[in-house]
This record gives sequence, structure tokens and C-alpha cells, in this order.
Amino acid sequence: MAYAPHTDTQVAEMLRAIGVERFDDLIRSIPEDVRLGAGLNLKPGMSELEVTRYMEMIGDLNRQAVDSINFLGGGSYDHFIPSAVGALLSRSEWYTAYTPYQPEVSQGTLQAIYEYQSVICDITGMDVSNASVYDGPTAVTEAVLLALRSQKKRERVLISEGLHPHAIRVLKTYAAANGITVETVPLGLDGRTDLTALKASLNDQTAVFSFAQPNFLGVLEDAKALTDAAHDAGALAAVSVYPVSLGMITPPGEYGADIATGEGQCLGNRMSFGGPYLGIFTVNEKLVRQMPGRVAGETVDRDGKRGYVLTLQTREQHIRRGKATSNICTNEGLNALAALIHLALLGKDGFRQVAQLCYDKAHYLFDRIVGETAFKPAFNSPYFNEFTLETPVPAEEVVTRLADQGILGGIRLDRFYPEMKHRMLVAVTEKRTREEMDRFVEALQAIRS
Amino acid sequence: MANVPQELKYTEDHEWVRVEGDTATFGITDYAQGELGDVVFLELPSAGDEVQQHETFGSIEAVKTVADLFSPISGTVLEVNGDLEDSPETVNKDPYGAGWLVKVKVSDPAELDGLMNAEAYTAHIS
Repeated sequence: MAYAPHTDTQVAEMLRAIGVERFDDLIRSIPEDVRLGAGLNLKPGMSELEVTRYMEMIGDLNRQAVDSINFLGGGSYDHFIPSAVGALLSRSEWYTAYTPYQPEVSQGTLQAIYEYQSVICDITGMDVSNASVYDGPTAVTEAVLLALRSQKKRERVLISEGLHPHAIRVLKTYAAANGITVETVPLGLDGRTDLTALKASLNDQTAVFSFAQPNFLGVLEDAKALTDAAHDAGALAAVSVYPVSLGMITPPGEYGADIATGEGQCLGNRMSFGGPYLGIFTVNEKLVRQMPGRVAGETVDRDGKRGYVLTLQTREQHIRRGKATSNICTNEGLNALAALIHLALLGKDGFRQVAQLCYDKAHYLFDRIVGETAFKPAFNSPYFNEFTLETPVPAEEVVTRLADQGILGGIRLDRFYPEMKHRMLVAVTEKRTREEMDRFVEALQAIRS
Repeated sequence: MANVPQELKYTEDHEWVRVEGDTATFGITDYAQGELGDVVFLELPSAGDEVQQHETFGSIEAVKTVADLFSPISGTVLEVNGDLEDSPETVNKDPYGAGWLVKVKVSDPAELDGLMNAEAYTAHIS
């Protein structure tokens, strides 16, 4: 964006043009007590060189993931992104974050969205994908809203405690504003959703049961059993998946999930301090008319040539107004494109290999930590590439000590669950080398109670 | 000119109703299907559901728009036209016949008196 200066003379000219005496007259409707009053207390101007140095000094205070050995996960993962992703993404034909206003003239964009939807259906095994929503938590929330729309006579919402805490917060924010009560099914001692408690909570008023696979603590759920339990009570099953894991574990389409969502950051998108990310959203075919967001479809023009359109738009705000399925009339276009290019570069075999590498490396690290340090596993349950450890000293101390050695060792779980002062969540991606993991184990060996 | 059969009753929202005994059959008018264009999907209630006169009982989706369906009469849904699921275009082809939407057990026949006859409805759409 261009820098637009305004001198006193220019301001005076503008005010004269619109017939206003003073700038303050333009903001009279803003109450006095919320106004700043005096001007901003800014230092005198700096030269460009001084500004650059100052900003670099501030930037250097950050500890960057690329300068550290990174075992942070919890929804944002340090996967390798081939340079081709960025190179293609930054071409001017692609470089817009937005779905086009006059979509059919942007055939390339629509084709990319269509292909994105196709690969997402391939990896999830679901019937239909939309063009994406804002991020994983938004997708979890929209899944619940969809379930309530399609199950009009049911109003209860059940969620697993194993959903990402951020997703739960976003869901509860929407729910509170819509008079929806969200009930939580706890995790058992094995770190999995308590199936007995779930079955006891489900009834003929339950519209949906929402859970994560793997769950936030890294544990792989018995997704089929959870889905079947929801279906037995006539409720829909909504699952939030970690897309990379689908190269190895059963996709939601195979265990009969009605709605499958996911955080798509792990597919070709940088961690970027938490966003913008990619909300993957898929449904089985019978729910398609309740699906939020945009959908690109393939068709033929009057000459019989292949073309792409935005389809099922009658569900959207610009046509359905207040009765639209969602207020989301856009998608994370650039992030979705990154995911598409990333998956296309990996191919079917590459996608499987990444999952296998994540799994193998995580299990190598887990075995070494459990065998050779004072850190213990929190659960004896299957996991994919992320696991929870019991720490011999408070996790906060562990994380700080490791950071001083250039290791981002994991997420201290008391940030989300105050009672878990002695637990941390460790994630391993295909990028971690054996040397890095061995260094991590050595650092942990020095930490004892 | 849209077809407006003499023997039916009509609402301002372009639904028609035919009452036989205590059963009412209703659908959308020929005028309504013409205005909507090609119907692609219908969202209808289930048997056993209650519908209220002049309240929404479902929606009808055409290529360019979605409209709410308003019930011409109150009652309990007896039957829904299941054929429309696979061939919604029947509503366009035969709105007063095979394109009917639901059959309802009428709870208050007096409600019919508030609806328009063919003459009044013809005036309404002209």
C-alpha cells in the first residue's frame, strides 16, 4: 500500500472541499471519554536508516522457529515447504487472498479452487469439500452450526475435551451469541475420549458430537467407535483432523464421519505466528446444501468446453441474506492454493512418506526420552507424531531451560489446562534430524527433579 | 399467462391448497414456478411435523435463488412428495399435479376462508 502523507495544507483543503471547519467535527459522534484527547506521544522523526536499525533490533528480540530446533505443534507444525510453493504462489496471476467478485472471468482461480477441493476430498475420503473457511477453529464451529441446521429438532451440542482449546473457545464464542449450550465429554485416563461417558451423554436431543483425530494431547482416538456412538443416537459425527496424518491413518470418509474439518496450515503454509491459516471443510453429500462457504464446480460452456463456476451460491449471503448457511462468503484463497501446490508436489507417495517419516521420527524420539530421561509418557495410547510427557519439574521451567539452549521443546500444557503444570506436548515433523532429536534427548537428560 | 385453476385456494405467497375431506394438499402456483425458474432442490418437512398457516414449512431452491415456502393452512404433515428429491423439475412441469409438495391433516378448516379464490389470486398476480 502506498504511503499517503497529509500536510496541514492538504488537510485544510480536504476539509474545505467537504465543507467541514475542523477535523474534530468529523468525529463528533465518538464519545469524548473514549477519545485520546491530546496527540500521540511520539518521538521526533528518525531517518530511514535509523528506522531500519530500530526495527531490526526489535525483530532480533524474537526467537524464530527457523533458528531453533523446533518440537512445537498443537495445531501449527514445522513441516518442510518446497520453494516451488512460494514461487508459484507469488505469481501475479495468483497473488490475491480473495475469491474474485466476478468469479467466472477468473477461470484459473476457479480451477485451482476446484482442484483444491478435489485433493481435499481425496485425502479425507469425504464426498464434498468447500473452497475453505478461515482456519481450523472456524471450521470446527461451522461444522457444529451446520449440524444444528440440518437436525432442526435437536439442540444439544456435545464435544470431546480433546478438541483444540482454541477451537473450543471459538465455538463457545459463537454458541454464547446464539443461545447454544455446549457440553463437554471428558478424556479418560488413557487420553482418549471417554466412550462410556459419551454414550451416557448422547440422547435424542443431541444434534452433533464433535471430536479431534488425533486429539489435542496427541492421542489417536477410536474414531470409528466415537462416530458409531453418535450415529446410534441419531446425531451427526463431526471430526477435526490433522491433514498430514491422513497419509497414514484412516481418513474420516472411511469411518463414516458426516463432517470432517481440519487445520490446513500443515499443507504448504508457514507457521506465521498463528495465521492466516486454512480451514478445511468437508461433508458427506447429503449435507451439501447446508454447507457454509463457497464451492467451485466444473461444467461445460455452450461450445461444450470445460469451464468452472461458483456453484450452490443460493446458500450464500448475497442471495439468501439473513437465512444464509453462514456469514462466510469467501475463502482462504492463497492458503488453499498453497495447500494444493504442496499436495500436488508431494503426490500420493510423497504424502504417505511425509506421514510415515513424522510417525517414525516421533516414535524414535518418544522411545529414547522414555527410556533414557526422567520424563514419562502421560498416556500409554497410540499416537501419530505428537505426544504428551509428564515432566520431572514444572513444564514451564523445562520449556525455558530448553529455549536457552536453542530448543523449542514443546508446549507447556498448563497454558491451556491450569492443572497440568507437569505436562508438555511434543511434536515431531519430517524436518527433525536424528542429530537434533539426540541433542534434545541430551538436554532432557540433564533435567531431573 | 399463468394457469390458475378455479377449484383451488391461494395465498399471497403463491402457494395453492386443495382440501378433500380433512386432508389438504399444497404446492406452489404456476406463476411462482415461472418466476423462480428451474427448481433444483426442495427442503420439505417430515411426516408428523406440525405446520402453521402463513409460517415457513420449508424452502425451494432454483438456479438463482432460494425462497421460503409458507403453509396455506395449519395441520399435521401426513405425506411429503418424495419424488421431488430426484426430480425437483416436476414442480416446474406440473405445479398443480405431480409437483405437489405436502399433504396435511387440517386442524382448522375455517382457516380456508381467509385464503384467496382463483379470481382474487389472478388479480393478485396481474
